[in-house]
Amino acid sequence: MSIIHYLSQPWPWYVAGPLIGLTVPALLLIGNKAFGISSSLRHICAACVPANIPFFRYDWKKEGWNLAFVLGILIGGFIATQFLADPNEIVIAASTQSDLAALGITDFSGLMPAQLFSIENIFTLKGFIFLVLGGFLVGFGTRYAGGCTSGHAIMGLSNLQWPSLVATICFMIGGFVGTLVLLPWLMQLV
Amino acid sequence: MPRKSSSVLDSEPDNQNEQRNPESIPALGRYLLVGILFGIVFVKAEIISWFRIQEMFRLDSFHMYGVIGSAVVVGMLSVFLIKKLNIKTSAGEQVVIEPKSFHQGQIYGGLLFGLGWALTGACPGPLYAQIGSGFLAVIVTLLSAILGTWTYGIIQRKLPH
Repeated sequence: MSIIHYLSQPWPWYVAGPLIGLTVPALLLIGNKAFGISSSLRHICAACVPANIPFFRYDWKKEGWNLAFVLGILIGGFIATQFLADPNEIVIAASTQSDLAALGITDFSGLMPAQLFSIENIFTLKGFIFLVLGGFLVGFGTRYAGGCTSGHAIMGLSNLQWPSLVATICFMIGGFVGTLVLLPWLMQLV
Repeated sequence: MPRKSSSVLDSEPDNQNEQRNPESIPALGRYLLVGILFGIVFVKAEIISWFRIQEMFRLDSFHMYGVIGSAVVVGMLSVFLIKKLNIKTSAGEQVVIEPKSFHQGQIYGGLLFGLGWALTGACPGPLYAQIGSGFLAVIVTLLSAILGTWTYGIIQRKLPH
């Protein structure tokens, strides 16, 4: 009871960060695998819609571990939400709350704003921008960059790869522009 | 466009570590398990939260910087120790990490991904955890991300690298 109660609190960065960092040696020592998640999107393409595109012509089954890994992430998300959920509202900085409220986002009751990410929004302009366009940028951008936050920012930097530092800096620049310039503009449209 | 680095374009998966042997189904279970633990950390540290990502890019909280920063430090230390002490894999293999080669895609693709990160509040990993957490609308985001990756595959050779 007390352990579950303890685990149900939001975990601080100094617990979560090192645990995520330990994924790097875990995957290396289990089977010589470089930590990376965006590759799973490529393997799904190769498995489902290769369409004779050279980029998807490789033996994706050899990379099956990566698909097992991301399936695990999905299951982990389910377990954490079903059995270890924090009953309280997410605590985010007051200044972020007031900035977002000014943009029209006023519901802070879940991990994701229901005003943007609800099923009802899928076929609206909001859904198109935040789900479809946003997702497309994530999938296209990470593959073009050769990795995402896990492959570049964590695995790449752990191995002291300077191209990963370039990629990570660009992720952050894109994020700042997206948050401070693109988001306010888009919120006026929807 | 002339073909540049062989590791960048086309058929080699850039996710490196070529497997010596295809993994058996029980072996895949180990990766599933690591994924489950990883997914739990994602949710409990609220890394999958769109609000937390907003907070990070508004410089209103140290949380995400602390998570990423400490993860990198622990990862670096682990890789250093594995190399230094020549620690072998569970199958007794030498640990091999392919170096990454620089290409312009890391800049352009990185910037585009950053925009998507801010809009969706998710990198690829959190997308899976968000769906598992019951945010089913994110299935659309994942499908669109797969479409984005697929589109990259089609036009790869026309893009600057």
